[in-house]
Amino acid sequence: MTGISILGLLAFCKYRKFCTQNKIMSGAILGFPIVFFAISAMEENFWIQFRRPDNVPISFMLWFVVFFIWLAMKKGVENDDRIAKGQVVYEAKPEEEEKVFVWPDLVYTEMICLLLVSILLVAWSILIPAPLEEPANPQLTPNPSKAPWYFLGLQEILVYFDPWLAGVLIPTFIVIGLVAIPYIDPNPKGNGYYTFAERRNEIFIFLFGFVILWVLLVFQGTFLRGPNWNFYGPYEYWDVHKVVPLTNVNLSEFIWARLLGVGMPGFWLVREIFGLLLISLYFVVLPVLLAKTIWKKFYVQMSLLPYVIGSHLMLWMLLVPIKMYLRWTLNLKYFVAIPEFFLNI
Amino acid sequence: MISRLRRGFADFTRTPVWKSVFRHKMPKDPKNRALAVLTNVFLHLHPVRMRKQGLRISYTWCMGGVSFFLFLSLTVTGILLMFYYRPTAQHAYPDMVDLTESATLGLMREMHRWAAHLMVITVWLHMLRVFLTGSYKPPREFNWVIGVVLLVLTLLFSFTGYLLPWDQLAMWAVTVGSNMARASPGLGVEGPGSQLMAIGDIPLITAGSDVRFVLLGGRFVGEGALLRFYVLHCIGIPFIFVMLLAAHFWRIRRDGGISGPGKGGPLAM
Repeated sequence: MTGISILGLLAFCKYRKFCTQNKIMSGAILGFPIVFFAISAMEENFWIQFRRPDNVPISFMLWFVVFFIWLAMKKGVENDDRIAKGQVVYEAKPEEEEKVFVWPDLVYTEMICLLLVSILLVAWSILIPAPLEEPANPQLTPNPSKAPWYFLGLQEILVYFDPWLAGVLIPTFIVIGLVAIPYIDPNPKGNGYYTFAERRNEIFIFLFGFVILWVLLVFQGTFLRGPNWNFYGPYEYWDVHKVVPLTNVNLSEFIWARLLGVGMPGFWLVREIFGLLLISLYFVVLPVLLAKTIWKKFYVQMSLLPYVIGSHLMLWMLLVPIKMYLRWTLNLKYFVAIPEFFLNI
Repeated sequence: MISRLRRGFADFTRTPVWKSVFRHKMPKDPKNRALAVLTNVFLHLHPVRMRKQGLRISYTWCMGGVSFFLFLSLTVTGILLMFYYRPTAQHAYPDMVDLTESATLGLMREMHRWAAHLMVITVWLHMLRVFLTGSYKPPREFNWVIGVVLLVLTLLFSFTGYLLPWDQLAMWAVTVGSNMARASPGLGVEGPGSQLMAIGDIPLITAGSDVRFVLLGGRFVGEGALLRFYVLHCIGIPFIFVMLLAAHFWRIRRDGGISGPGKGGPLAM
């Protein structure tokens, strides 16, 4: 699913003109989620998950994310065309620069928005009661136990990383990364108007993080993770007794036991030396190599410190899908496994 | 009938009482439209005049405004809920049942919950819009930072509130969430490096002194956690949130309102 959506996002950015200016294609992009949910809702197992009161907003959010990205891209493509023709962007046209009075124009717009949101909220509250389960009972663990829905992306990453990474370090890096964006983005263009061509790298990286590594994982954690946090297809019955073989192997075991055919060394430093080397190559040597080759452009634009911060955040972001794919293909458990210090990567 | 009402209203606007409240005439001409905004502390969050482009819903998506309105709705419904709710293990759950079963206008819990979910979504979409229009670029870099903190606080708001119904869903969702704190590097009892935090043989970080204990006020999600989350949810986080919100709005004004290509920009006329 991750792979397909990465390809989908790439294709959408590449064929953005066709996807946003062609009416049939636009209709297909915006209509597909609705048709998919409408048809799927007829299926019993899908309906059970879909109708849970807390899941209702997530389905709507998915559509809104698709819609708003489509809308931004459409306006971006139109502005890029204007720039290519030597015109000013839509937002800078003289009639758009004209000043109007806040009262009544803005105040009334706000009031209409406020009324619409109120109506939506009251209607929603009448239609769908807030869930209330059994009283809290520390003796009875529900299966599955799920975090609040907006943290399910992180709980999904927990399958691939230990809590100190998935629950502490990665969220911290997400916040640091978001805070750092304005300070490491060297591109002065695209300030205050929609565009894609002028900011293609920034926009693609952000959409990759937001859509694939956040929204999609929230969706997956909500709708596709059942008892014991096992993966269930959208139309699959959540069978508590589903058996999933646990055959994950550490990198050290791969090398010492399977490749070299000797026993596992007792001392942790020797045992994990390959994993530690690999991780330090990834985080120390790789940024330098990239700065000299394919990321040279960024290194030159960004100068040293922003590049160091930016490239490390980027590598952390990439580590998530990398580890996912290694788990799916090679059943890799940890690159570095030092349970002596609770240090597993 | 209508004309009499209208005349009556016009008379009323000439009384000293009306004039003590509104210091301008009906906002139908430029002077009074400006005064309507300038003499009202709430409307004064806005400038008097703005670029037409900043009005376009297709540009702003209205997500920041909707988030703020949802915050206000959450405050109002939250205050009403506080009348009925006692944050103790004995009372919390029965109070929830009472709210649904016997309180008049028992929609408040629904409205509070759905508005909270909605606010998380609108804040995300607001961030997406601000990113895609490049509105975090100079001079608005620091306002983006404040926005990120507000986003984190919104999630913490929602997370602390999640525990308060004190049902199975609440307790175990917070258990899953707070178990992460146990693995904090250096500060959690099962985090890497926490063994190094010791004086001689005495470990500083134990299950009774790590960061999870501080968060929950105990070794598990119990009454201590309920009270802590209640105080954070109703007093602690709102206090910080409102201050940052004020800074967020004030900076938008200082930086010239809703972002746009701008007069000095390379692409402006």
